Amino acid sequence: MGLESRVQQASPSGGGAMLMMSLWGVLALLAITMGAKAEDTPFAIHMFIFAAAAILALVFKARSFGQPAPDASGYNDDIVRWGALITLFWGVVGLLVGVVIALQLAYPAWNPDLEWFNFGRLRPLHTSAVIFAFGGNALLTTSFYVVQRTNRTRLALGNLAWFVFWGYQLFIVLAATGYLLGVTEGREYAEPEWYIDIWITVVWVAYFLVFFGTLLQRKEPHIYVANWFYLAFIVTIAMLHIVNNLSIPVSVFGSKSYALFSGVQDALTQWWYGHNAVGFFLTAGFLGMMYFFIPKRANRPVYSYRLSIVHFWSLIFLYIWAGPHHLHYTALPDWAQTLGMVFSIMLWMPSWGGMINGLMTLSGAWDKLRTDPVLRMMVISVAFYGMSTFEGPMMSIKSVNSLSHYTDWTIGHVHSGALGWVGMISMGALYHLIPRLWGRKEVYSLRLVSWHVWLATLGIVIYASAMWVSGIMQGLMWREYDANGFLAYSFVETVEAMHPYYVIRAMGGALFLVGALIMVYNIYRTIRGAQPVSQPVGMVSAPA
Amino acid sequence: MKHETIEKNATLLLILSFLLVTVGGLVQIVPLFYLQNTIEKVEGMRPYAPLELAGRNVYIREGCYVCHSQMIRPFRDEVERYGHYSLAAESEFDHPFQWGSKRTGPDLARVGGKYSDEWHREHLSNPRNVVPESIMPGYAFLSAKEIDPKGYGRNLAALNLTINNGNGAMYRPEDLDNAEADLVAQATGEQTEGLLQRYPKAVARNFDGDPRITEMDALIAYLQVLGTMVDFSTFKADMSR
Repeated sequence: MGLESRVQQASPSGGGAMLMMSLWGVLALLAITMGAKAEDTPFAIHMFIFAAAAILALVFKARSFGQPAPDASGYNDDIVRWGALITLFWGVVGLLVGVVIALQLAYPAWNPDLEWFNFGRLRPLHTSAVIFAFGGNALLTTSFYVVQRTNRTRLALGNLAWFVFWGYQLFIVLAATGYLLGVTEGREYAEPEWYIDIWITVVWVAYFLVFFGTLLQRKEPHIYVANWFYLAFIVTIAMLHIVNNLSIPVSVFGSKSYALFSGVQDALTQWWYGHNAVGFFLTAGFLGMMYFFIPKRANRPVYSYRLSIVHFWSLIFLYIWAGPHHLHYTALPDWAQTLGMVFSIMLWMPSWGGMINGLMTLSGAWDKLRTDPVLRMMVISVAFYGMSTFEGPMMSIKSVNSLSHYTDWTIGHVHSGALGWVGMISMGALYHLIPRLWGRKEVYSLRLVSWHVWLATLGIVIYASAMWVSGIMQGLMWREYDANGFLAYSFVETVEAMHPYYVIRAMGGALFLVGALIMVYNIYRTIRGAQPVSQPVGMVSAPA
Repeated sequence: MKHETIEKNATLLLILSFLLVTVGGLVQIVPLFYLQNTIEKVEGMRPYAPLELAGRNVYIREGCYVCHSQMIRPFRDEVERYGHYSLAAESEFDHPFQWGSKRTGPDLARVGGKYSDEWHREHLSNPRNVVPESIMPGYAFLSAKEIDPKGYGRNLAALNLTINNGNGAMYRPEDLDNAEADLVAQATGEQTEGLLQRYPKAVARNFDGDPRITEMDALIAYLQVLGTMVDFSTFKADMSR
């Protein structure tokens, strides 16, 4: 209570606004100076983008000067509305780039041989766009919604949440343009260079403060389980990001830096990060989503309270050990590989515990699957979660990994998790949220949602099957010997054999993209549709 | 302690979660900085010469690692296809490591010396000129991008600030002083005495046939040194591995 009242006093005061304006002004000047002294073009471009963003923030702050303070009672749903739309936007962008690079692999002529648009630069753009732009915004948006509803309080620390939101978009723009310009640290899923890393660290700390501050000022005695997962995700990602991105810049006026660690040490640090980007960014955070939106949509309590406790603690403890399974049979010591494998297999248990908890929440409400395609989408996503968390431990077994590693099987596995689990739980949550946020009864067309669900599911099944076949086939071709004891295939023969599957994969991805475009249309019609009701949504309803 | 206590105390929830997620990393990563078989010295390993380093930076910038691994696993088929399995020491100077995770194209850990410079130049300019079935993008634009040797020593100086497993700085003061000259010498093949003294067995010649020093020179120089530093006709694997 004390904190909240102080926060509400601080935000509208003139002195605070002046301070913020001068801060943005100083940052803009600093960025312009650094841009002017830049030693490489991409760095200059980035500094000017940063300066433009700081000036925008300054202008925005100045315009609000002297205006009556915006209504700070009730929930901050404006940020959730912005977040929902921008999540959808980045989702379409990420999927589109994915289809383009799938075509580049099927038909190399799709590479324009221009430095900015070759596969090597577009692939990080695709992975970051879907993971960090789409997934990250889905997490920001839903966590801001869920933490307010389940704690019955407004987001803490006034406008800081808006800084988090726009700061995160700036990070995405810098990272994405950086990939095209060749600014990369060459670490998978952690490609942005040192200055972008520093920026996202600042934004992330602010995100933590907003989320944790909201928990502290809650009006519910208990912290609801969804928040445990969101909190663990925010804290762990901070730790992983900082350690994995330690690097020495060549110059403070240039984009290039060298990783602090090298070789084996660097490899395990990177995959400790990489696997837990999966574990905490793409799993824990989205489990928070599952624990809120599935009970809400099914209108049932979570299946087992005890299971959620076991699920939470075992999941966060075990996940962090699983990184070495990305380095089987490499120069990483054997004991570390085995440890990674054992923990990965153990991880199957909490994963399926969570899946069961999500699915069984529908007990007594299974009939809703027939009538509610939004709930169907969420349930299919949990089913994909179950499938990929079974496949993952299996692929972490060293003998299986000796075949699957370096092949498309891994790519297929990632996409059944990313498209099936992450994509569909987020889109399901958006279908649930958007009508409520805009005061509509329901989405414009449930029939179109149903089309989306089946197109997406079909797309993923086609994608994953194509990758299973191509991955296992290529793995077997690499190790095949002829009757005389010579390797049966040259490498390029195995590349040639992949072609049909690369074409099929692109079609699977395109189906998923078409589903997402149908969603965009549906959401557009929903928002444009009926008159909004005046009462803010959810204020009276009890938390799940 | 009842679980309810944690559910009603955000700070406690935060602290316990954080402690729990630190354990795995501490147990797995920290020992790697001290164990003998991850920090062993192997004869022949040396830091990259400036031109090779510039080539490595092109390799990273273009995202070659998303399709090519640099880590040969100890299997019969891999050893026959690519050569001796990769040693930990062979990436000790790699900031960052580039082991990769996917082989859309073949492993490159030992590609050095397997193809001629002309082959690499043709292949990088348009892969389908030499491998008709290839799906690799073309990198002809590298031939047009010149490298300015001026101030290149700053890259070496930055690397000297990285952690190098307790072996002190990667580059010696004379390496830093001669960075520009070494870069030029390796790309032209002229006045290479100092270069060869500082970077034994470095291959120095005009890699791309163009009198200018281009990123094509640098990338080919890097590809040609990959996997060639350790002499496996004399190397004996330590029993501790």
